[in-house]
Amino acid sequence: MSDSNTNNTKSKNPIARFFAQPADAPSKTIFVAVTLCLVASMIVSAAAVALRPTQEANRLKDKQVNVLQVAGVYEEGINVTEAFAAFEPHLLDIKTGEFTDKFDIATFEELAAKDDPSVVKDISDDPAGLGGKQQMYRVVYLLRDADGGLDKVILPVEGYGLWSTLYGFIAVEENANDIFGLQFYQHGETPGLGAEVDNPRWKDLWKGKKLFTDKGELAITVAKTAPPAGKDYHIDGLAGATLTSVGVDNLIKFWMGEQGYGPFLERVKSGEI
Amino acid sequence: MAQTYRKQLIDPLVDNNPITLQVLGICSALAVTSSLKVAFVMTIAVTLVTAFASMFISMLRNHIPSSIRIIVQMVIIASLVILVDQVLKAYAFEISKTLAVFVGLIITNCIVMGRAEAFAMKNPPFASFVDGVGNGLGYGLILMLVGFIRELFGSGTLFGITVLPTVNNGGWYLPNGLLLLPPSAFFIIGLLIWAFRTWKPAQVEEREHKIQTIEAH
Repeated sequence: MSDSNTNNTKSKNPIARFFAQPADAPSKTIFVAVTLCLVASMIVSAAAVALRPTQEANRLKDKQVNVLQVAGVYEEGINVTEAFAAFEPHLLDIKTGEFTDKFDIATFEELAAKDDPSVVKDISDDPAGLGGKQQMYRVVYLLRDADGGLDKVILPVEGYGLWSTLYGFIAVEENANDIFGLQFYQHGETPGLGAEVDNPRWKDLWKGKKLFTDKGELAITVAKTAPPAGKDYHIDGLAGATLTSVGVDNLIKFWMGEQGYGPFLERVKSGEI
Repeated sequence: MAQTYRKQLIDPLVDNNPITLQVLGICSALAVTSSLKVAFVMTIAVTLVTAFASMFISMLRNHIPSSIRIIVQMVIIASLVILVDQVLKAYAFEISKTLAVFVGLIITNCIVMGRAEAFAMKNPPFASFVDGVGNGLGYGLILMLVGFIRELFGSGTLFGITVLPTVNNGGWYLPNGLLLLPPSAFFIIGLLIWAFRTWKPAQVEEREHKIQTIEAH
């Protein structure tokens, strides 16, 4: 701090005089604070803008990897883009359960990301905690076996856990009842507790569980104890992560129910797809 | 002069290690050491942030008003951390997903703040930069040691390459699950501090209290 105190040589230049003040002078304190904040924010936002395309590409690839993983076709080191091409993307009208070509899939995702009113509607009954807004259309993926028959459908799901919205995919077998797997690709739950939704051993619990009872009632439950319908419909909740488990329970019930993919699963079951 | 820089680099590794001697940065050391790969990236990130934060703070040290110096240091550190986070998200996406919140927490890593306040505010930029690198490496050394033990005995791998084939994969090694949990790092760091202080008795702190026998009345 000593070298800024050399203001015994009075300068005519007001800027030089300003800088010659000691660092603790009030005007200089404010000047330093404002300038530093401006410079720092410019650097940070420049980096964010410049790196965004690369980050978006990463996120897209990550999503594709997750679709592959939930369908059980992912292996370390495979060509993601090539493997992903085996999946048929379709834009689904949630309400009717029919495929639609109202939007191009690429432009749809942009619209959905912006909560555009043409693709997002307000909902009052919102058990999954979607913030009162639900997309009317979703991109779903179909995986067919070698002779063209339907093998699995991969459906995006999301809902609020404890701290964050969990985004994931569920893979359902062609009978629209057996679960093949569930996987979240983005969430901010507590590491070690809620984040155990990513634990392979917990994810394995989902395999082979059933969504609907023989009477067609939605029975799948994530909880500590099994529902009345029986073990086939029960996924053990995560120990120490009750609220995350409740969130997963809510979101799976919401998306597999009437407000979610119910109409579509009905069509899958009847063999129309 | 070269001698001092050398000392600045070497000193924080063992003699003045930020983790084992100053016991700073423990929180992140517990969190990121379950695999060597993550520990390595964290080492690089913290070293870069400490070095550049110290350098920039040192460059500005004569203009930082002492009344707001901590905030000014925080702004500089936070900006650098956001930069690191953005770069990781763009070029090391998988790792940035594993590190998740811990990159953000570098901002509150006491080592970064500690070096800024204790060294960079009083020393020229290049010396501060070297000091930052040294302390980052000292932190990283402990991280790598702990990561080595935790990954080798916790999952039987090093940098993801199988060293001890585990029972689950048809091998013979039964991994120690405790080592995958954060508390195990406490034990390992504690043992490391013990080892360091046995090797360098100068690091042993003097007792603050002593049990004395008082003559009964």
